[in-house]
Amino acid sequence: MLLRKSLLGATLLTGLFATQAMAENTFKFAFQGTLKSLDPYSLNETFTLGTLGNVYEGLTKRGPDLQIAPGLAESWEVVEPTRWRFHLRKGVKFHNGNDFTAADVVFSADRVRSEGSDLKTRIPADAKFEAVDDYTVDVVLTSPNPILHYEWDTWVMIDKEWAEANDSVRVTSASDQSATTISLQSNGTGPFKITDHDGGVKTMMESNPDWWDAGNKKYNIDKVEFATIASDATRVAALLSGEMDLVYPIPVQDIKRVEDNATISAKTGPELRTIFLGMDQMRDELLYSSVKGKNPFQDKRVREAFYHAIDIEAIKQKVMRNLATPSSIMISPFMFDNASKIARLSYDPDAAKSLLKEAGYPDGFEVGMDCPNDRYVNDEAICQAVVAMLARVGVKVKLNAQPKAQYFAKVLASGGFDTSFYLLGWTPGSFDSWNVLSNLHGCRDEAGNGGMFNLGGYCNNDVDSLTSQILVENDPNKRLDLITQAYQITTAESAYIPLHQQGLAWGVSEKADVVQRADNVLMLYHVNMK
Amino acid sequence: MSTDAQELERAGFWARARDSDIWYSFKRSKITIVAAIITVLIFGSAFFAPLIAPHNPFDLATLSLLDSLLPPAWEQGGDPRYLLGTDDQGRDILSTILYGSRISLAVGFAAVVFAAVLGISLGLLAGYAGGRTDSIIMRIADVQLTFPAILIALLIDGSVRGVLGGIDREQSAFYVLVVSIGLSFWVQYARTVRSSTLVEKNKEYVQAARLIGLHPIRIMARHVLPNVMGPVLVIATINLALAVITEATLSFLGVGIPPTQPSLGTMIRIGNDFLFSGEWWITIFPGITLAILVLAVNLLGDWLRDALNPRLR
Repeated sequence: MLLRKSLLGATLLTGLFATQAMAENTFKFAFQGTLKSLDPYSLNETFTLGTLGNVYEGLTKRGPDLQIAPGLAESWEVVEPTRWRFHLRKGVKFHNGNDFTAADVVFSADRVRSEGSDLKTRIPADAKFEAVDDYTVDVVLTSPNPILHYEWDTWVMIDKEWAEANDSVRVTSASDQSATTISLQSNGTGPFKITDHDGGVKTMMESNPDWWDAGNKKYNIDKVEFATIASDATRVAALLSGEMDLVYPIPVQDIKRVEDNATISAKTGPELRTIFLGMDQMRDELLYSSVKGKNPFQDKRVREAFYHAIDIEAIKQKVMRNLATPSSIMISPFMFDNASKIARLSYDPDAAKSLLKEAGYPDGFEVGMDCPNDRYVNDEAICQAVVAMLARVGVKVKLNAQPKAQYFAKVLASGGFDTSFYLLGWTPGSFDSWNVLSNLHGCRDEAGNGGMFNLGGYCNNDVDSLTSQILVENDPNKRLDLITQAYQITTAESAYIPLHQQGLAWGVSEKADVVQRADNVLMLYHVNMK
Repeated sequence: MSTDAQELERAGFWARARDSDIWYSFKRSKITIVAAIITVLIFGSAFFAPLIAPHNPFDLATLSLLDSLLPPAWEQGGDPRYLLGTDDQGRDILSTILYGSRISLAVGFAAVVFAAVLGISLGLLAGYAGGRTDSIIMRIADVQLTFPAILIALLIDGSVRGVLGGIDREQSAFYVLVVSIGLSFWVQYARTVRSSTLVEKNKEYVQAARLIGLHPIRIMARHVLPNVMGPVLVIATINLALAVITEATLSFLGVGIPPTQPSLGTMIRIGNDFLFSGEWWITIFPGITLAILVLAVNLLGDWLRDALNPRLR
């Protein structure tokens, strides 16, 4: 506590001196969610990782179009299929002046896989990191892995010396009550330093003049103020009043209002997250259903009938106000080149009815549906629309829409996959199909070993064997072909009903020029003030 | 027995009612007459909703998402099929209000009956038995009075939902609301009935009943109860309005009736999300209906209190 107070005093003082300097560009932005712990391994969540990505940096980076670019590693090569070599950038310094070296990479690799880390999956558990010299690191794998570095932009480097001196070797997990230095302060290599952090409320940053890439910097802001504004209406009001330069997300129904205002505009684009419906195909008797003794969803015709019953265009136009892209696959077309080869099943209520009749349910049946009501864009409204559409083909759905905390506690592995029919959204952190196939389509047992987020327990051994081939295939063309085959099988079997990629909506003041990345991450080094 | 009374007895209920003080004071208050007409209208249209509503908003198979968010018929872009417009799911606002006030009123009535039965029984018991029984019941009531009713309702609602778990919310929501609102309102009845009972129990007729050896429960139910019912009626009327408001508040907070079968409060909550984007009709019309309903019932309650109060005559 004492530490925190003196820290606050110190930052206040530096703040005071800084304001006396010269005219500065201050960029203020607000987000719906909070930034709590500053430990970059605490929470595997897009916003937290994205924001800390301005302060800390990984070996790789992702550019405005999400392409992988060199970060703290200047270059890398696959020496042999199971040995990767990373050449580190020289002359990089942490904010406290320490040099960035291979020892820090090895330390960070151990730390990110240690107890309490939420980012353990960034590196295979059995991968070994070897420091060849001060600026070369080898990664030794037990099996080939072409997507090893795909999520390394959010696995950031921590200064070994500083962490050891400040009792911060241990990861502060999200449920930790005691704060360590690294959860309250930061020491990265990135273009911004955190000057003041009031966890969950407000965070201040300033530009780092000693950044290694300062010569090529593409931003002109000196200070950044971030605040959490949870209420949609308040957030939009903060933008309208000019208090904030950027707020996100803005609700779809308010986009027009933001656009109508001359001094601000709405920046919209497709997000990578795919929203879909899942069905329990694992239990022998469906929960929450009028059908006893069997599980209708095990019949492919029933799943197909549900698919045919969904009028995706109506959802797009009316619920999403055109801020969504209907999807035929479980991954965004940005991340899968053959997306156009797979088509959605048409909207055809008559076909749905006759399929249900063939399957032995001429009058439909009753089933319960689980739905979050504060997680995705208009999630509850989508579920209600789905319920009405299914009613039209004779299926009576009892909707149970709940806040995300209760919803996830019920439907995920920790709740015993307690659901028959549900709505979920998924963004593969690696921007790659292997993540989608293994997490959402891999066979699992009742405890959730296997496809951990395959809530409905879809299982096809052909898909599983394709998935394990995809993981180790190094040839991009062959790999793409394997992925396409897998998606063709899952689509033919109606394993899931993909709905759409929801849209991003940011409200931006005309004073600010920002780059909206499709993963909904704001990079402050892409911000310019006019 | 006098001949007058016998005549009245023969003249029947309506004649007696027409001759009563209450009818006299009713006739003299124009506001009360208007309030009564509005109340009857709203109650009637809620009761006969399936007959008079142009659509059935609960029949999901008839809803079309393409008809959603239409403005009222007189606005530009309105559709004559939907007089007051449609909500985000394509439900006709007018029909949903009719069906929704039905749910709101049903919750209100059931909650008031529940609270009244509980409160009257405990109040009678406390007043008549006295002593330790009285102290225990009334201290519980005192403790409960220190919490706002809405907080208690939220608490009960939350714990019941935790125990029941999710999926049957559509069915359970009604009963959960009735119990949580009822439990937060019983104190008023108990207090009123207890104090009236304290007065009544020392009167000669009660003493006489005791003397001839009637069972205490019979004395309480047949002799004391009819004489304490006046104030209870007044409380019940005013509480009906309060219960409807509480239901709307809980539904507005998202813990009440689920949006698949919306009550007035749920409709206001749904519409609230669209207020800033210019789709005002989703929340304004149910809001007006709720306000008028509560005002009318409250006016009736006020009048009843004055009419039944001998000191104001």
